[in-house]
Amino acid sequence: MTPPPPSTRRAVSALLRKEVRLELRTLQVIPAMALFSITTLIVFHFSLQANSVEGALAAGVLTVTLLFSAILGINRLFVADHEEGGFDGFLLAPVDRTAMLVAKALALGGFLVALEVVAVPAFGLMLLDPNLTGAALWQTIVVLLLADVGIAVVGTLVGALAIQTRARDLIVPLIALPLLLPVVIGTAKALAPTFAAAGAGALPGRWLAILGLYDLIFGLLAYAVFDFLLED
Amino acid sequence: MITAASNTLPDNAGYVAAAYLVFLALLVVYVGIMAYKLMRVERDVVELNRLADAERPGTGEPDTARASEEATSV
Amino acid sequence: MYGSRLRSLSAATVVTLITGYCLAAFVAPMDADQGFMQKIFYLHVPMAIVALGGFVFGGICAIMHLRTDDAKWDLRSYVAIHISVILGVGVLLTGAIWAKASWGHWWVWDEPTLVSFLIVFLLYATYTPLRFSIEDREKQARYASVFAITAGAFVPLNFLAVRAATSLVHPRTFDSADNLPGAMRTAFLVCFLGMVLLYVLLWRYEMAHKNTVAQLRSLKRKLAGDDGLRSRRSAAPELQV
Repeated sequence: MTPPPPSTRRAVSALLRKEVRLELRTLQVIPAMALFSITTLIVFHFSLQANSVEGALAAGVLTVTLLFSAILGINRLFVADHEEGGFDGFLLAPVDRTAMLVAKALALGGFLVALEVVAVPAFGLMLLDPNLTGAALWQTIVVLLLADVGIAVVGTLVGALAIQTRARDLIVPLIALPLLLPVVIGTAKALAPTFAAAGAGALPGRWLAILGLYDLIFGLLAYAVFDFLLED
Repeated sequence: MITAASNTLPDNAGYVAAAYLVFLALLVVYVGIMAYKLMRVERDVVELNRLADAERPGTGEPDTARASEEATSV
Repeated sequence: MYGSRLRSLSAATVVTLITGYCLAAFVAPMDADQGFMQKIFYLHVPMAIVALGGFVFGGICAIMHLRTDDAKWDLRSYVAIHISVILGVGVLLTGAIWAKASWGHWWVWDEPTLVSFLIVFLLYATYTPLRFSIEDREKQARYASVFAITAGAFVPLNFLAVRAATSLVHPRTFDSADNLPGAMRTAFLVCFLGMVLLYVLLWRYEMAHKNTVAQLRSLKRKLAGDDGLRSRRSAAPELQV
């Protein structure tokens, strides 16, 4: 595959730098997502009435926590551009419009990774029964990275779709959650052996393949379709 | 596969009947909603006909006579 | 003109459906495992396949809309998805009845097709609220098309994922559509054909209605001027004639 023309890559990096700079300056999204994830873990402790979880239940708790924190991030993804007129400025620039898709997806992926840096150790300390070290930790990182790609792509698409509607905060979860269900299934199923009480089992290849397939298909789809969301 | 024809109506028939009735109910509800929409269309057409007559009275006579004849014959 | 062949289409639909259900009731043999209850299968499975096909058809119309920018394709997509959602309600209800008859519960997680269908249905149920919440007509059509394409691509992925996730403890009855004995297969195919014809009939019916309303609005505008129009908030796309 030939590398993209330099202007698109430069556009993506410029947009990405803007996103990072904006987030670092205002520190809205990442701390909110992180705090929300920890609160969610507490909610799980009380609602499940469990001091510790392991195996499939642990995988489910972590997946749900990350999913709902991600929804917060998706809700905020395009708000600044919509309110401050960033869309118009971008549309005037002579760059490929999918640069915004790539930049926003990378930004959302970055936010998710930052969230996981907080949430996963918190989960390991607060709720997880087996220790989250060594093989278990590496396996968790691999699975979560695959999941993050899917959430980032779909989240960017849904965020761009929802930003023009009147009930933006309602539309995002309604559309994103069913679309992300294969990611939920794949992540929970893939992590279940990792969190087994007897010691981390091997990663199930089938679920990694499904997560990868999902990432690929939705990546291509988002790339094909994103232009139409930015037209004026 | 063992095939057997049944002469008496088995006890699961209630569920089967319920399923097909759900299907029928959906269709009838759909017909009902389309009938309501048709009623609105009919009201609009009648009003438009009245408007057309008000603007150009008399020119539409032969057509309206035939149209009203068809309408009453249904 | 969408209403031109409605009469012959309805006749064909009625004949096919009645033939199919008579075949299912009187000619097709009783299922050895499930007994009489299996007859729901002749209604539920064709409805599910046609509903999913309708969703994919809606996605294809959406692709055509984005490529040609012709509002007619958007209307076709809207009607296709609309009717598929109605059939989807039927699928879920008949599926629940079938589950209750088979396993005593109104809902079971072991039937991957039913679970996947619920997820797809919940996704498409947001189509109309999405359209309703975008004011600008052109933007609404464009965004709805993007949604229809995304959701259409999602359908096969979802089925794959849920099927892989479901344990094989319970036999997957809906798979047995492939290895049906003769009379059962004939009955199933006729019922399926009837359901396809029903979908096409309802689709053309609704398209004819939308076309009529669009012509009416245009006529009203010509006769009464723009103030004669009562603007109604509607999620449905309007044809401009």
